[in-house]
Amino acid sequence: MTRPTTPDSDGIVAAAAGSGDRPPARRGRRRRGNPDNQVVPDVEFTSYYGRPVVKASPWEADIPAYLFLGGVAAGSSLLAAGADLSGRASLRRGGRLAALAAISGSLYALVHDLGRPERFLNMLRVAKPTSPMSVGTWILTAYGPMAGAAGAAELRGLLPARLGPLPLGWASGLLGALARPTGIAAALIAPAVASYTAVLLTDTATPSWHEAHRELPFVFVGSAAAASGGLGLITASSADSGPARRLAAGGVLLELVAERRMERSMGITAEPLHTGTAGRLMRAATACTVAGTVGAVVSALLPGRRGRLASAASGVALLAGSACTRFAVFEAGQASARDPKYTVVPQRERLDRRRAAGSG
Amino acid sequence: MSDLLGPRDPASGAGWDDAPPRKGFFTDTSVCIGCKACEVACKEWNLVPADQAAGLSMLGSSYDNTGALGASTWRHVAFIEQPKRAGGQDLNLPLFPVGPSASDAVNRAADTAMTGDRSQLGTDTEAVDLGMPGFQLPGQRADRKDERPRTDFRWLMSSDVCKHCTHAACLDVCPTGALFRTEFGTVVVQDDICNGCGYCVPACPFGVIDRRVGDEQTRNVGIAQKCTLCYDRLGAGHTPACAQACPTESIQFGDVDELRERAAVRLATLHEAGVPEARLYGEDPEDGVGGAGAFFLLLDEPEVYGLPPDPVVTTRDLPSMWRTAATAAGALLAGAAVAFLGRRR
Ligand code: SF4
Ligand code: SF4
Repeated sequence: MTRPTTPDSDGIVAAAAGSGDRPPARRGRRRRGNPDNQVVPDVEFTSYYGRPVVKASPWEADIPAYLFLGGVAAGSSLLAAGADLSGRASLRRGGRLAALAAISGSLYALVHDLGRPERFLNMLRVAKPTSPMSVGTWILTAYGPMAGAAGAAELRGLLPARLGPLPLGWASGLLGALARPTGIAAALIAPAVASYTAVLLTDTATPSWHEAHRELPFVFVGSAAAASGGLGLITASSADSGPARRLAAGGVLLELVAERRMERSMGITAEPLHTGTAGRLMRAATACTVAGTVGAVVSALLPGRRGRLASAASGVALLAGSACTRFAVFEAGQASARDPKYTVVPQRERLDRRRAAGSG
Repeated sequence: MSDLLGPRDPASGAGWDDAPPRKGFFTDTSVCIGCKACEVACKEWNLVPADQAAGLSMLGSSYDNTGALGASTWRHVAFIEQPKRAGGQDLNLPLFPVGPSASDAVNRAADTAMTGDRSQLGTDTEAVDLGMPGFQLPGQRADRKDERPRTDFRWLMSSDVCKHCTHAACLDVCPTGALFRTEFGTVVVQDDICNGCGYCVPACPFGVIDRRVGDEQTRNVGIAQKCTLCYDRLGAGHTPACAQACPTESIQFGDVDELRERAAVRLATLHEAGVPEARLYGEDPEDGVGGAGAFFLLLDEPEVYGLPPDPVVTTRDLPSMWRTAATAAGALLAGAAVAFLGRRR
């Protein structure tokens, strides 16, 4: 990425633009192709040696992984509760176990990402509605034990029978009795688990996250539905997989529509979604998601083992698509924070508009 | 939420009874000489270690080798070189030099003395170019035989710092309560509570706060760090280290109300003196962060100094963002329910 950092021969840098007599050639200028190879018009702006104005988050892969796993857990809890109530045993078992595994993985990612992991519990000192991370912590605190208990009940069934009854037989019985109520409780909290993560990103000064705030929650719940539906297609028997298939298809539809709207409403800050790492991830996400959906629909028509395999393959594609979406949105935000253009240009336009309106 | 919608006095808004007047900085960049005394004093007093995020390097940005504010840089002096005169025109001020550089004249006088009887100066050395900022081009030493007029060139220097926003995004989003509002209306991290979640970093609309990187021995490594407006000194009735060290009173410390008045007077003076590009930044309680506790007088657009032109605390939009998220959550719940309708295969 080129930045207006290099002093020209006079030692005058790109930042050197006065209010009255700006030398246009010395401003940050760039020309970029969008994926359709149309030339985006030059944007002129001033910056301090091309350095970022806002700071990119110090977060690494843990956070997009957490976004993805949280979505998988949430959707899986919903599928499991529905399957439980409608008597689809394999979908229920797969959903509960998936939710348990995914929420454990996401908790690990959350703690691992901290600068001081040993102080994780400090999150529970306060409950602040102004902090999406605090709200999220409390949502997870409510959700985790519920999903955990329901998942643990399924784990019992996985133990080899020849070990005999568990030494704590009564605990096992309790888990069995609690499975349904905790599973349903987890499902009722799950939608919040899937959607709050969007607010976590959009309540920041990171341009490509904040500007997405009207649509990102829909992209994220769509992505969660697609991923968990995909996982359901892998774990459930053919007879039980109908709801997983429908949830995945609906999720993909919501995700794709919300994403198109989001990109239109983001203005210049949509650019990082098309360029660099984020752009590649976004294109991979769309390809996987569309392929997975087509596969999910077609596999329903195939009989027997072939149908089963095709379903599972579609499920893998859907999961991969969801993961790519999360990483793409994350990376686009990071890129937008590192380039002063996405902070300065929209703010400058807003300010100039307001001044024009104010002064008549 | 009270912080978002509540009173303009942040300390009482945060629940302090009998809070002292709100304290802040007025940084008048028009008199900054770029000495970086503030950077040094801050590091010394607050035990801020070397900035391992930036490293030690020549950045090629005029005299600025500090780079930017960060976890281990709580004051940052920006240097901007511009192809225009200070003020953009002949100021027509009696004392404002417009002829050959005054530092040239001083050098010349010193040299004359030294080529004569050096003992009078108590030195036997040759005149040395100390490389201090002058009005000649960088690296160029004015040649005494070939006297040149002053170039159309100006240096902007500005000491940046945490703005101690009235509506502080960092404080709003902090999930541990490590960031808190002091009785002086400032925003401070409690080192023993922050768990380094890093949320405040992308939340700050000015790119001020950051998580400190370094090895295990580094003080407060892994947690968020920024200017405290010298909370410890304030408590003892002292001036913050940077303001104390500033030799030109470019950094002025005091009650925010009074500083706002001072800033308005200074702005009027400069406008009268023919510096129309002078402007205040961050002093307006109606701006996107409810006004900053640390505000500035600038001589160009904010983005020239690396400041956001129209910063906004994004928690302002939080109620609508929560509503959108709730709608999306409802859609997911409904969608999942619908997925279970229909015939079993
Ligand atoms: S400038 Fe940034 S770090 Fe300082 S109070 Fe405002 S939001 Fe917080
Ligand atoms: S890094 Fe520390 S100060 Fe910043 S939001 Fe997290 S807990 Fe609060």
